[in-house]
Amino acid sequence: MLNLLQIELYKISKRSRTYIAFAAITAIVLIFQFAFKADGKSYMNLMLQSVQDSFEIDKSKAINGYFMCYIILNTLLIQVPILVALISGDAISGEANMGTLRLMLTKPVSRTQIIMVKFAASLIYTVMLLVWMAVMALFLSLFIFGADDLLIFRVKGEESQILQITKDDIMWRYFAAFGYAAVALTVIAALAMLLSIFAENSIGPIIATVCIVIVCTVISNINVPIIDKNVKPWLFTSYLVGWKGFFYIGTTTDGEPIKGSLENWPAIRNSLYILLAHIFVLVGASIIIFKRKDILS
Amino acid sequence: MSVIIEVNNLSKRFNDIRAVNDLSFSVNQSDIYGFLGQNGAGKSTTIRMLLTLIKPSSGEIKIFGKELHANRNDILQQTGAIIERPDMYKYLSAYDNLSIFAKMSGIKTSRKFIMDRLQMVGLADRSSSKVKTYSQGMKQRLGIAIALVHDPKLIILDEPTNGLDPQGIADMRNLILGLSRDMGKTVVVSSHLLSEIELIANRMIIINKGKKVTEGSVAELLDPSNTIVQLETTDNETALKKIQTTAWASVTVPVKHYIQLTVNKKNIPQIVSTLVDMKVDIIAIKPRHSLEDYFLSLTNNEPDA
Repeated sequence: MLNLLQIELYKISKRSRTYIAFAAITAIVLIFQFAFKADGKSYMNLMLQSVQDSFEIDKSKAINGYFMCYIILNTLLIQVPILVALISGDAISGEANMGTLRLMLTKPVSRTQIIMVKFAASLIYTVMLLVWMAVMALFLSLFIFGADDLLIFRVKGEESQILQITKDDIMWRYFAAFGYAAVALTVIAALAMLLSIFAENSIGPIIATVCIVIVCTVISNINVPIIDKNVKPWLFTSYLVGWKGFFYIGTTTDGEPIKGSLENWPAIRNSLYILLAHIFVLVGASIIIFKRKDILS
Repeated sequence: MSVIIEVNNLSKRFNDIRAVNDLSFSVNQSDIYGFLGQNGAGKSTTIRMLLTLIKPSSGEIKIFGKELHANRNDILQQTGAIIERPDMYKYLSAYDNLSIFAKMSGIKTSRKFIMDRLQMVGLADRSSSKVKTYSQGMKQRLGIAIALVHDPKLIILDEPTNGLDPQGIADMRNLILGLSRDMGKTVVVSSHLLSEIELIANRMIIINKGKKVTEGSVAELLDPSNTIVQLETTDNETALKKIQTTAWASVTVPVKHYIQLTVNKKNIPQIVSTLVDMKVDIIAIKPRHSLEDYFLSLTNNEPDA
């Protein structure tokens, strides 16, 4: 199995499309960093417009490496599913398209092994992508902008809030957030891999995955009670941005932040369970369908 | 002689289409077994079922005496295959491709092992070139190296000469003969060309619309007393009249520029000398073993359009 995984990772590493996602992330992060370095204060003025009468904020300190990473993740983690689908959507369909699927399946390797290895390779790719994002968005930003307390602007219900996390309480939250994002993006990888079983070229599954993510995201954002209650809890897109929960710090009854705490850990944990259940179902379905599939390519 | 492949009452349906219908045959050790049929006859479907790429709707397949689906990995460990085209990872080198499929076949490899195998098929000099830069013939040779890398006892080749130039076809033919004669391998080779199978196979099956038409030794099936030849002369009309007055040919059909005869091979010299004596010069005489004609001779039916 390890042997097969090495082969799979080697094949992925030799394809130029693998590096498109890394290049895209690098470009976006660098543009963000340049823009904030050049004119970050204007952005802060805009953000703080509604609260600057109530709070005394040192804007030059507010723009720091931790803040930059938070802003970048907010933007990027919505687009990254597309980048993950680029590789996972090609997992089986790409082999079918090249004609190597039938050759591969005439070797003494079970179809379950092939799916598991393809899934593991997609998972590793997703993690690598997030590690790269962490290097670029977090560590490079810390290098450029320095470290300080993190201010997060949040709209909760009717009111706007500013949450402040001290700089010695932030790093673990980023590791947890990247871990959560890895699980969330693995759902996308598993979905794209399942769809790739049905196709003989990779464009179809990639587009289908993106369409499903868009449709489910739209449904997740519809605020109608019947959908809130019956549909949203089952949609993986309702949990894709759950990583933000690690930055919602718990507070005392007086509203004082409690270092090392989370506002709602049970909600984050339940979100993780639901995402893991999605992965389990999607990979399970992939194995069952692939085992029954007649290879006609 | 032990039976390597035993197929009993094999059928495959794709929705309403019955691609293979109650097919039974057996392949013996060291056979070069020709699998013959027109396009769409069910050859590829059958071969894919032998390689577990397609699940049969019903029937039984035993290879090396073991039920195929229960012993898939054991059987595939001893089987090599090329299915239609020798497809591989075009963005990788020949070395990488061979190395990947060798590992997937469950054998330990070294650089020397892979290079030796590439040397055998004449690709050692181009081992590091990407496969997308290869000609069709080079890809075919690499496909063969991949099929044989784990030294299988059974080799299954589906239309292996498709897309090859005449030299490539001759090389493939010699390779198949060598695999059986020199290495004792059992080879199943499918084709829609009777002439191709006639040159290499010792036994063959002919299928049509998913059903077996006939099976047996090539020598028996291609009965020399029933050879179809095309005879082209300087005076086809006179030649036809003369032949029809004799018992040399059982069937004579005048076609545009030649006469089609069904004859016993041993009568051909007599026909030639008689016509030459009659001052009718022979321009060409060639055997015609098209599958279509063969079906006709077996079934006396019009071939399908």
